[in-house]
Amino acid sequence: MEADTINEVAPIEIAQPREAPRSAADREVVFEARDLTISYGKAPAVANVNLSFYRNLVAAIIGPSGCGKSTFLRSLNRMNDLIPGARVDGEVFYHGQNIYGDGVDPVEVRRRIGMVFQKPNPFPKSIYDNIAWGLRVLGMKDQLDDRVERALTQAALWDEVKDRLKKGAFGLSGGQQQRLCIARAIAVEPDVVLLDEPASALDPIATSKIEDLIHELKNDYTFVIVTHNMQQAARVADMTAFFTLERTESGGHGVLVEYDETPKIFTQPADKRTEGYVTGRFG
Amino acid sequence: MSAVPSTHPLPERRRVGDRFGDLFLHGLTGAAAAAALVLLGAITWKVFELAWPAITKYGFAFVTRQGWDTIHNKFGALDLIWGTAFTSFSALLLATPLSIAIGLYLSELAPRGARTVIASLVELLAAIPSVVLGLWGILVLGPFVGKDLEPWLHRHLGFIPLFGGSPQNAGMLVAILVLTIMIVPITSSICRELFLGVPTELEQGALALGATRWEMVRGVILPYTRTGVSAAILLGLGRAVGEAIAVSLVLGAGHGIHWSLFVTGDTLASKLAEEYQGSVSRLQTASLVYLAAILLVISLLVNLTAQFIARRFSYERAGGS
Amino acid sequence: MAVDAARYSLKLGPRTKRRKLVNLLMQALATIAALAAVAVLALVVVSVAQRGASALSWGFFTKTAATFGQGGGGVANALVGSIVIVGLATVMAVPVGILIALYVAEFAPPRVADLTRLVLDVLNGLPSIIIGIFVYGLLVIGSGQAAWKGSFALAIIMLPLIARATQEVLALVPSSLREGALALGASRWRTVLGVVLPTSLGGIVTGTVLAVARAAGETAPLLFTTSIAANAVTWDPRQPLLSIPFDIFALSESPDPADHARAWALGFVLITFVLVTSLTARLLLARHRKKLEG
Repeated sequence: MEADTINEVAPIEIAQPREAPRSAADREVVFEARDLTISYGKAPAVANVNLSFYRNLVAAIIGPSGCGKSTFLRSLNRMNDLIPGARVDGEVFYHGQNIYGDGVDPVEVRRRIGMVFQKPNPFPKSIYDNIAWGLRVLGMKDQLDDRVERALTQAALWDEVKDRLKKGAFGLSGGQQQRLCIARAIAVEPDVVLLDEPASALDPIATSKIEDLIHELKNDYTFVIVTHNMQQAARVADMTAFFTLERTESGGHGVLVEYDETPKIFTQPADKRTEGYVTGRFG
Repeated sequence: MSAVPSTHPLPERRRVGDRFGDLFLHGLTGAAAAAALVLLGAITWKVFELAWPAITKYGFAFVTRQGWDTIHNKFGALDLIWGTAFTSFSALLLATPLSIAIGLYLSELAPRGARTVIASLVELLAAIPSVVLGLWGILVLGPFVGKDLEPWLHRHLGFIPLFGGSPQNAGMLVAILVLTIMIVPITSSICRELFLGVPTELEQGALALGATRWEMVRGVILPYTRTGVSAAILLGLGRAVGEAIAVSLVLGAGHGIHWSLFVTGDTLASKLAEEYQGSVSRLQTASLVYLAAILLVISLLVNLTAQFIARRFSYERAGGS
Repeated sequence: MAVDAARYSLKLGPRTKRRKLVNLLMQALATIAALAAVAVLALVVVSVAQRGASALSWGFFTKTAATFGQGGGGVANALVGSIVIVGLATVMAVPVGILIALYVAEFAPPRVADLTRLVLDVLNGLPSIIIGIFVYGLLVIGSGQAAWKGSFALAIIMLPLIARATQEVLALVPSSLREGALALGASRWRTVLGVVLPTSLGGIVTGTVLAVARAAGETAPLLFTTSIAANAVTWDPRQPLLSIPFDIFALSESPDPADHARAWALGFVLITFVLVTSLTARLLLARHRKKLEG
């Protein structure tokens, strides 16, 4: 990596990805945010985001804390609807349909777009039922056992839990619980999976397992991952979006600064702010 | 926040006074707490002591004996136990889904601004004195039930024994409705707090999968709070079982074991309220207190079970299993 | 592309439509249940107010009940009786309740505290008629009824309420306050009486007010302890005194509609008192809690 061309100080070691990142060329746009502004009450939290996510790519969203990365992520599956006073201006197109359009039901949106949260949140049910519950509710009851096994296998959890499927999910370790949540999300066959700092509550070994998982699965799903760990973005993502906080009279709100293929973001960022962040001068 | 240590030691007198004061307060408060326990024991003791003449006369058979004959001095508790069971469990049957529904409404559905207002209104329902509810029951609800509700039920569903019998202004149905009104505020308040206590991340996990709000309630909230809700229901049952005044006003008087909602009758508690003053013989008084003893045992069982379940629920939530 | 479009369409499928319908139905049921509860409250309050308000007048409160069979007259004796009975009960219950709460909050080892709380909860759940029988057996047999004996029964009912409310407020006192006093060299008892208790005073008062509201409406404990009363207004607690709830109870069983009218009027007075004090106490308690927590 030619990092020394842009830095005056010693560059931060940029982690190596597992394989060469793939390009967005010729890929279908799965998500497109157009002039997206999300506000809580009067003050915007994230303003005027224009961003596209491509099929079967992993996109990372990085930036300093408080710049609205999670807020933006949650607007992609209308989870912000659950917060009273949250308002969305602009559009988010999912395969060409505005998910905030008239007549679009969040329930329908969320079944297509899975989400994994920062803190593992398995249901107080058995491991089997954690996966089966969503399948039953969404009417995918046929071959339930197969579906459960497939989801757990894809999440690299099957071997560890196959003998205790009926035991409670709380008996698993943090990393295992998170993989269970990933299995739960992919069991219902979404085509996009959103991950909100999925490894921030986990130890390095569990984190690395999650990253392996994303690597294994990216040919089947489209991932968008919010992370505060730049190295993780460098390891895992094909595209990286850098958000930052823009100060205004009324406080501040998040904006998208730059969005490009990961190597470019980390070695030849176009914006000074991006450069500042990735070289560690701030944030 | 550490204080500067004093350089002058406290005078000996003061230190002794302080130690004595500490000991005294500790002892006094401990004695008060012990008094509460002694009180509980004394109540149990006294009730059984007063009932003793009847207990020695009838033994346990009192519980399975029907009939309450004040003229010939033959007494049995079965009719009253039936009355208590029939009214209380029926009220519970009505109150449980209502309470869960209201708890869900107050925790999930109500618009933010209205939430505390409606919750307070429901709690105020619990504050209505039972005698006022009884008064309203006997003079307002009773006539409505007797003149409108029961005839309608009898006309359309009279083939079911529940709705057989002739409609009247007092009776089981009115008592059940009044008891339901008493149980619902208590149980729904507890349910509301339980539902609010479900961690949001669990709710969000369910919704993020594409579940509707109701599916999330059914799949996450209700199972999570299952234990606590059972404790709440038991507390409601305890309330219903012990209610004497309102029930004696609206239930009328009567005996026998009937399956009809339209008959009058008595419960353990209401019988006590009705006859205690006018008791003519020692045996009658003792038999009445025997009823009270049975009521006490039932009430203690229900309440202790509710308390243990509630404590177990807190233990579960704190992470134990 | 057409296949893809169908696969990714966000249009509502039939199954989702059905699920949404069920969701809507459940929401409607829950809303109806809540509104029904509020409606019943309104129904009862309005019924009582309608029927009771018309009989109210200044004379109503100051005159004593008319002799049997005659209409008119007031409720002075019942009003005075209730004031005496409930007042005395409060005096009996508050000190003991505070002491028990202090024990649980400050002195008791955890398991003893748990046991005490359990005892209080069980006492709270006892049918009030059984408490009436207990006091009857303990105090009335052999010596006759008296207002203070009824007060004793009510005090037993108020005790768990006051103790629990006090204990909750004591628990809210920040430990920094306690530690600060102790670090200054104050002894335990001085800290408790001089710092902890005064801070909690607001909460204790509102807890007591709630207990008073509850006791004011209790009839069963008074049935056997203070019900056979003379028809004159007296403040003497050694006599059995008439109380408002018992008066309502007795009047509502009578066939005479004039008696019913009095019962409604009394009921209106009682329900107004209970609801107003309950509401005020709850609001004050919420505010006090916010002050201590926030």
